[in-house]
Amino acid sequence: MPPSDFSPAISVRNLTMAYGSFVVMRDLSFDIGHGEIFVIMGGSGCGKSTLMRHLIGLLRPAAGKVFFNGVDFTSADEEMRNQMLHKFGVMFQGGALWSSMTLAENVAFPLEEFTNLNAAAIRETVQLKLALVGLRGYEKFYPSEISGGMCKRASLARAMALDPEILFFDEPSAGLDPVSARRLDELIIELRDTLGTTFVVVTHELASIFAIADRALFLDASTRSVGGLGKPKLMRVQSENEHLRLFLNRGMVGQRHMHDPATGAPFLFTHKTPQV
Amino acid sequence: MSPGATPSRAESLVMTRDGSVLCLRMYGTWTQATPGRPTPAVVRAEFAHHDRVPDAMWFDLKGVTQYDSALISFLLQCHDICIETKTKFELESLPEGPRQLLRLATSVPQAEDVHARVQAMNLFARIGTHSMNAAKDTFEVLQFLGDCTQALFKFISFRARFRWADVLLEIQHCGADALPIITLIAFLMGLILAYVGAVTLRPYGGLIFVANLVGLAMVREMGVMMTGVIMSGRTGASFAAQLGTMKVSEEIAALRTMGLSPIEYLVLPRMIALFVMFPLLTVYANFVGMAGGLVVAMSMGLSHAQYLHQLTGAVDLNHFSIGIIKSFFFGLIVAATGCLRGMQCGNSSAAVGLATTSAVVSGITCLVVADAIFAIIFNQLHM
Repeated sequence: MPPSDFSPAISVRNLTMAYGSFVVMRDLSFDIGHGEIFVIMGGSGCGKSTLMRHLIGLLRPAAGKVFFNGVDFTSADEEMRNQMLHKFGVMFQGGALWSSMTLAENVAFPLEEFTNLNAAAIRETVQLKLALVGLRGYEKFYPSEISGGMCKRASLARAMALDPEILFFDEPSAGLDPVSARRLDELIIELRDTLGTTFVVVTHELASIFAIADRALFLDASTRSVGGLGKPKLMRVQSENEHLRLFLNRGMVGQRHMHDPATGAPFLFTHKTPQV
Repeated sequence: MSPGATPSRAESLVMTRDGSVLCLRMYGTWTQATPGRPTPAVVRAEFAHHDRVPDAMWFDLKGVTQYDSALISFLLQCHDICIETKTKFELESLPEGPRQLLRLATSVPQAEDVHARVQAMNLFARIGTHSMNAAKDTFEVLQFLGDCTQALFKFISFRARFRWADVLLEIQHCGADALPIITLIAFLMGLILAYVGAVTLRPYGGLIFVANLVGLAMVREMGVMMTGVIMSGRTGASFAAQLGTMKVSEEIAALRTMGLSPIEYLVLPRMIALFVMFPLLTVYANFVGMAGGLVVAMSMGLSHAQYLHQLTGAVDLNHFSIGIIKSFFFGLIVAATGCLRGMQCGNSSAAVGLATTSAVVSGITCLVVADAIFAIIFNQLHM
């Protein structure tokens, strides 16, 4: 289901990202619509996570601006920023659960801080969120007592705690087994369809990209700029950027044994406009 | 072989010029373990020996009986030489295995700006970089102190957001859990002071004044100082390690992205905990130290009544308060340095180690400096 009306939830204008004098990406401009599942992809070290960190305000742009719902986030004052941040949920690459708290406390923490729910309501919400990510019954566990994949899912539960407008995922399926990764993809689509949440997903898992992305942004490390922006399935065959085609075809452009991950058919011959 | 071509021989490498083509014939074993393997320097020497660079480099590996990455590495370096001198590297002349490996190794060209990032700097650049880093570090420290002050004011005006559970937990960690080590160190400190005092005072028949020495030294200086050193090494380091690890695992970033201030949630509870517990530990250390002195005094023939009488006469509230006043500041100093180094921590586990070390070093340094400043102030005040 493509977003019905395209009013941007996030607008990025002329964003330049740099570490000191080392420029990571130059002059990025793009919009992310309400209720869109937007994937940021690219090879390792191209600046995907860095871009996400700029979007959520952990890093300050060297130049350019980020807008949320038309409001300037980059130059907003602290109070304004904090208010805007409450509408985000972020899942970090390694989970980033607070290690001194149990899973339930981790998920409950934002609820306690930002809502007026009573203890019973919080407990119910926590149970629901943990159940959604398949961690029912792990409420009393500490992050150090569960596996990395479980930490990741718990982190997702925490990111969803406040039913945020925008969810940011940094490499959600990395380190997950294929079944969990698939479940996560389904959850993302389900949440978007039911709650209208906007998703910004940083990933390079092709299966995931093709399964969930409405649109994808490809960061080209060689030119340090946008290598392509659009529907991944179309870009796979139509893009003029060779790096992007290579990326979306696992480095094998034009070879006969490429198969569509969804249908299993050789995509070059049966390709049709994707129905997301 | 065309005239003018000089075969340069190494044990397992024969280089010949065939017109404008350089042929490298390789023989025998080419493994890491082979002693005296030819190096690419031989190839460079061959290039230097001739006036003309060859148009192409061609390989014959039929004579190679065994090889591992040593051979591929040699070939890769030959490939680099070819690129430098614009010589054609005849990849097709290699057998299947080495060819594929070499193709993989050369498929992604070396990133151009990698060298720029690790380039060696000259003296001026290094001085400049160091000064800039020092300025940045100073700015960070000031920013941190400013943030902490702001958080403290918020706390005083009941506007700070943090969890009391964290404060209580930290109080337990830095207070109650530290009692055994404080007991041991303070007791031994009193003991040592008493012995040192006895050495000087006994020849003059003034053994009783050991009580004065131990009492004053403990309450004015040693009690608070030893507590400071222990707290730096124990609590300051653990603050730095905790916050540093939280930074590495992005837990602090997770707080920030929720619009919560890490200073209020992480630093403030630790500062409150040490601010409360440090004076209590200091008082405790003072008394334990005096008890240490008592043991020595009694072993030298004084009665405990004499010792206590002398002690209560010597140590008044004025002396006692000096240690206590300092202890509040020392608590803040230890907490601030530990938290600062933790928050400044880089993004690797090695950085956590550095942060911990740095927290202890800067903690103790700051304590001594502050102690000296207090000594001057109290002297001026005739306390």
